[in-house]
Amino acid sequence: MPRPGSERTLRGRVAVIGIGETEYYRHGASPDPEFKLALKAILAACADAGIDPREIDGFSSYSDDRSEASRLATALGTRQLRTATMQWGGGGGGCCAAVANAAASIVSGLADCVVVFRSLAQGQYGRFGQTDGISTISGEKAYLMPYGVLAPPQRFAMRVQRYMHEHGVRQEAMRAIALASYHHAQANPRAVMHGKPLDPDKYDASRWIVEPFHLYDCCMENDGAAAIVLVPEERARDLRQKPAYLLGAAVGSGYRAGAIPHNSPLYASANFETVAQDLYRMARVGPADIGVVQAYENFTGGVVMALAEHGFFEPAEANDFLTVENLTAPSGPLPLNTSGGNLAECYMHGFELVLEAVRQVRGTSTSQAKRSDIALVIGGPMVTPASNLLLGSEATL
Amino acid sequence: MSISGPTYLPAGLPIPVAEPDGLSAPYWEGLRRNRLLVQRCRHCQTWQFGPEWICHHCHAFDPDWTEIEPRGQIFSWERAWHASHAALRQHGPYIAVLVELPQTGHIRMVGNLLGDPMQEVRIGASVAGAFEHHDNAHPTFSLLQWSLQR
Repeated sequence: MPRPGSERTLRGRVAVIGIGETEYYRHGASPDPEFKLALKAILAACADAGIDPREIDGFSSYSDDRSEASRLATALGTRQLRTATMQWGGGGGGCCAAVANAAASIVSGLADCVVVFRSLAQGQYGRFGQTDGISTISGEKAYLMPYGVLAPPQRFAMRVQRYMHEHGVRQEAMRAIALASYHHAQANPRAVMHGKPLDPDKYDASRWIVEPFHLYDCCMENDGAAAIVLVPEERARDLRQKPAYLLGAAVGSGYRAGAIPHNSPLYASANFETVAQDLYRMARVGPADIGVVQAYENFTGGVVMALAEHGFFEPAEANDFLTVENLTAPSGPLPLNTSGGNLAECYMHGFELVLEAVRQVRGTSTSQAKRSDIALVIGGPMVTPASNLLLGSEATL
Repeated sequence: MSISGPTYLPAGLPIPVAEPDGLSAPYWEGLRRNRLLVQRCRHCQTWQFGPEWICHHCHAFDPDWTEIEPRGQIFSWERAWHASHAALRQHGPYIAVLVELPQTGHIRMVGNLLGDPMQEVRIGASVAGAFEHHDNAHPTFSLLQWSLQR
């Protein structure tokens, strides 16, 4: 038997007490440099929490964010820096891992007030969707780029095609995911695609980027920044916002998921087979307890896989489960990407999804789900390491 | 078989080279000589691709490079329309395939499917490899492409 209080878990030990973001822009449209965007988002999160930014004693991010922790601490004049954590690899797959790492810093006593953030100005540093200016290439990409498998759409389409083949998933299932994101974005004034609704005909008529992805199956490319503030649970109760407690988080992938090029044994997968089990074990909940999901859409096909791997349906049931009615707030059984997500709010590399899960737990989303006490975030699918997290209200502890 | 005539995709895409530590050099040098080389552990016979300095099954270092027949089956595919590189702006759609080689540990390789870019592609179809040499590139290199077996 473990000693009382010695259980190794993040469950209920930390809470999100502030969220903030910049205005979200199309790529290249930000008037501010990337580092300034990071500062603005962090200050907004501190203002939301009602804390002095000088109290921040740690920073956590992912995907090699260029806004470095020591520069942030110096620029903000924080009194002390006690943790600086970068999730290693996986790009947007690290959006939940960055929160987990920050939480672990707090639970272990390394730090007391940690900001988790992502700042990304693709207009200033190069778009993820373009690959010009590379003369020679080594490693994984050497086996792909000379064949025109260049940017993320081409790198992930064959995974999704194989999954559709193995489980009979139809284009309509992916379309429903895009339609749900766009539907929710119409209620969200922050969303880049606010005022630009999508309907089935417009989806069907949109150009192929790479089969099986239409234009609207692919995330946007944007400029902006988003941040949250994490503190120990005992402090969260004294602050002004309703705390969103971390119920659990998990990071990683299964056996040889990193085998390049495209040699992962479990190829037709979003890489959550092990990660979802770890999350549910720590959080002590299952898929039936979850009322609302934010799932990272690099591509809609990855969301299909990720939701199945988190136990919401069997892969063979994907066509029946994934309908616009089922995926939209307030009354669908599983409202999905209620801010518009990467497809229609902003591609803040998935961090906008973490903020939206906090809003759902607070009850302040522009598309509030009927059941929102337990909110799931699934980070970037089909990459390694992947990550996910669950937030809950005080009642769920 | 090696391909004569124009290459499947236009020149100007990134050129594959071995890593500074030389891990994949035997693979790329093999393609230059119309030979497909992949790793096979001399201790436990495990096939391995992409290459690594260690056998993932028994942890013996430096797996042997073994020549294999470039024959397999289409495991997945995609038809790309959007140009993610300036060299493809004027080109139009093209097909990439993921080929599984069942006789060598089910390792997989990515290449292009030669022929009509609008052809119907069937997962499970048998394909054979063809060496595509880029002799005018700097540095020179070779790729392994695939065509349907009749």
